[in-house]
Amino acid sequence: MSTFDWIFKLLGEYWALFLKGTGYTLIMSIVGTLIGFVIGIGVAIVRTIPVKASANGFQKAAMKVVNFILSAYVEIIRGTPMLVQALLLHYGFLSKMDKPLLSAFIIISLNTGAYMAEIVRGGIISIDKGQFEGSQAIGMTHFQTMFHVVLPQAVRNIMPSIGNEFVVNIKDSSILSVISITELMFMAKSAGGSYFQFIPAYLICAVIYFILTFTVTRLLRILEKKMDGKKNYTVFGSQSDPDAEIHVKEKA
Amino acid sequence: MKKNKINLTEEEVIAGGVAADGCGGNGAAEENAVTDENAGKYVLRIENLQKSFGDHEVLKDISFDVHRGDVISVIGPSGSGKSTMLRCINLLEEPTGGRILYHGTDITDKSVKLTEYRAKAGMVFQAFNLFNNMTALNNCVKPQMIVLKRSKEEATLIAREYLEKVGMSAYINARPAQLSGGQKQRIAIARALSMNPEVILFDEPTSALDPEMVGEVLSVMRDLAGSGLTMIVVTHEMSFARDVSNRVIFMDGGVIVEEGTPENIFGSPKVQRTKEFLSRVLGENNG
Repeated sequence: MSTFDWIFKLLGEYWALFLKGTGYTLIMSIVGTLIGFVIGIGVAIVRTIPVKASANGFQKAAMKVVNFILSAYVEIIRGTPMLVQALLLHYGFLSKMDKPLLSAFIIISLNTGAYMAEIVRGGIISIDKGQFEGSQAIGMTHFQTMFHVVLPQAVRNIMPSIGNEFVVNIKDSSILSVISITELMFMAKSAGGSYFQFIPAYLICAVIYFILTFTVTRLLRILEKKMDGKKNYTVFGSQSDPDAEIHVKEKA
Repeated sequence: MKKNKINLTEEEVIAGGVAADGCGGNGAAEENAVTDENAGKYVLRIENLQKSFGDHEVLKDISFDVHRGDVISVIGPSGSGKSTMLRCINLLEEPTGGRILYHGTDITDKSVKLTEYRAKAGMVFQAFNLFNNMTALNNCVKPQMIVLKRSKEEATLIAREYLEKVGMSAYINARPAQLSGGQKQRIAIARALSMNPEVILFDEPTSALDPEMVGEVLSVMRDLAGSGLTMIVVTHEMSFARDVSNRVIFMDGGVIVEEGTPENIFGSPKVQRTKEFLSRVLGENNG
């Protein structure tokens, strides 16, 4: 039988396995990206709290300690392979629970969080200082400034990087087969192993990965467009007619 | 102007009032009249304000009072510390010395809730600093809801009133990126007004505008001055300083060199540095 025939044979027999594997891959990457995003935002907000020159010694010291812990988290997670983190965390610390999926969620979220923290921080830094000053001068606190003014703009700007993280998560969650998660890669291996036909199985698996990542990138592009808001606006009333509505379109 | 709610305890207000009476005011009823009898009603008192950035001393010992209804123009050459002083009053810059009294309360004191004070001291920036992620209307509505905890309905009503006042009600659902500089600055003024502040600080509000847009912003500011709003305006517009304000402060080298009525400063400046500055600036304008 040719590779092509094997692909159909494997799909026909093991489609349920591939589907289940795809489900696990998707759920892990979605959960990981979402929780990682929340972690990233939290870390970035705390790390951008301005310390006033007049702050007392205790406040300054507390901020230093918190910042040290947060940057240690970011550096350690970014500086070690996710494979090693997965093995250490699951077999070392969470083995008693014996809930591989929970371990997987924790690992992928912590991992994404470390990268997101830097991405969000970059997004916040890129926002014009005037936006912070405008918010402060009107009486907003640091957190209000962040949530209502800065983050909506920063998140829009970092959407391409968030998309990157999502795509990376879809692919890198395959590593988590080492802690016996039956995600797509794991399933492909088992399906291929039953007839010793790995190449057709991996080909199927590659196509599915590509469909997943391609769909996600397209969806995020649509989301970005939505976040940009309307391209046109309405002017109410003209010089001759107060009830007139003039619809203005933005120049290209 | 609407009567403002003051977020201070009663004692603090009374303390401010007592101190004010001590300054010779008799609590004249006319809010808009700016006379010496009204001197006790100061909103802000700047005392020996100092600010250094490292070794560089930008402000050296600045003191003056701001009374209710005052329109104070601050003029002076670039680098004289005008903007820094204004930013210190809003505490965007932390003063390194001196006190800023708001109705008798020292707002440089760490126990004072800064956000409440800042809501009372509005600020209009050279670069507008409108919130880019919000429409013109929301720029005026959201801060009221976030800082003053007003309901959306109430905030919208107030915002529309002030957007109308600055002549921008036609553009309420445009975003800042879709508007011209003059339009942005008028919305920034409406945003500041929507908070019902006691005083608005203008930091060179027309310096970033194309010449043909300066007029529309100045005319809004003229109207505001006429309505009795307390204003401190750092400006290079000498005609505004001369015609609209009731007091002019000339700053140079981090100190107040001369202070007085527009007639005094522009008509018969006493200090040599003021004379030089004015002849240079006015000469340029006329030529």
